[in-house]
Amino acid sequence: MSADAQNSPTQLQRDLRKERRSYMIGAVVSLVLTLPVFYAAMTGVTGRPLAIGAGLAALLQITVHLHYFLHLRIKGQTREDLHLVVFTLLILILMGGGTVWILFNLSSRM
Amino acid sequence: MPAMTEVPLSNPNEVAVTYNRNAGGADAQRPRVAVSEQPTTASGGHQSRHPGVNLGSRHGKAQETASVDVFGFWVFMMSDAVIFGLLFATFVAMRHSTGSGPQLAPLFDLKSVLIETMTLLASSLTFGLASLSLKYSETMRGLRVWLGITLLLGIVFLGLELHDFKTMIEQGGIPQRSGALSAFWGLVPLHGIHVTFASVWLISLLAQTWRFGLDDTLKVAILRLAVLWHFLDVIWVGIFTVVYVGAYS
Repeated sequence: MSADAQNSPTQLQRDLRKERRSYMIGAVVSLVLTLPVFYAAMTGVTGRPLAIGAGLAALLQITVHLHYFLHLRIKGQTREDLHLVVFTLLILILMGGGTVWILFNLSSRM
Repeated sequence: MPAMTEVPLSNPNEVAVTYNRNAGGADAQRPRVAVSEQPTTASGGHQSRHPGVNLGSRHGKAQETASVDVFGFWVFMMSDAVIFGLLFATFVAMRHSTGSGPQLAPLFDLKSVLIETMTLLASSLTFGLASLSLKYSETMRGLRVWLGITLLLGIVFLGLELHDFKTMIEQGGIPQRSGALSAFWGLVPLHGIHVTFASVWLISLLAQTWRFGLDDTLKVAILRLAVLWHFLDVIWVGIFTVVYVGAYS
């Protein structure tokens, strides 16, 4: 597609609608992943079911934010935006996970 | 590549000039795609050059600058993510260490946290719409309106959060009371400070739309703030899940 075709008024209109819809989808899905978690916590769901449910919802919602708001894609990027996220995740798993592991281990021996 | 010909910018203080000067040096080594030859994906969309909204070839120089600057800002955001991640790890390890201090859950007001969450989510959406106005609109009106609403939502969020902090302090939930509270006050207000500075930055950018108009520097600055704003919403998802809802699990 040439630059002229990319920037024709009809094509721009179509792109705008597409991108706007993407933000709307992101917001609605985030809402769907947030409200039940709060509802559960407020109506007395506790313990492991709440922890697992809320954790899964949060991971999903973070993925939704990265996809629909920050536009990170698995394919079609000219720079390594996603690699950076994955590398940061690796560092966090090593450092954060390691911290939690060691401290809980210490705590259980005390 | 004919598109690489550098046009001097009117404002010599612009960040973009730095990159122009480098264009013949190390910067030129990096494979760049000329505007006219921009690759397209199978669906006809543009290839993404950086996180957030990509301006597209219509914005010429600004999209060239954004491709470097916003990616650099994303690198910075990821280092910020490591800081937050470690504070999360500290909090998770410390959250039951209340000692003689109060338990965390009774100090929290979930309803207020829910409203804060909704406010921040709405502000992420409105900042997205501001970015789209920047990309597609010929005038600055939509951009200003959406940025204004975003700022308002940010301030509402901060007001609610400060009120929550005040309630906690009144109930004795101060940082020096217990390990769990120290970890809480290290993590959650740091996010609040981020939102505060992001709001100050937003005010400054809004003012610049009147002072300088929508020049390339301002366009790229708005794209960077958008990345920060969406990133802060991601951190908040972690905070309400791990800290607030987590206190009930």
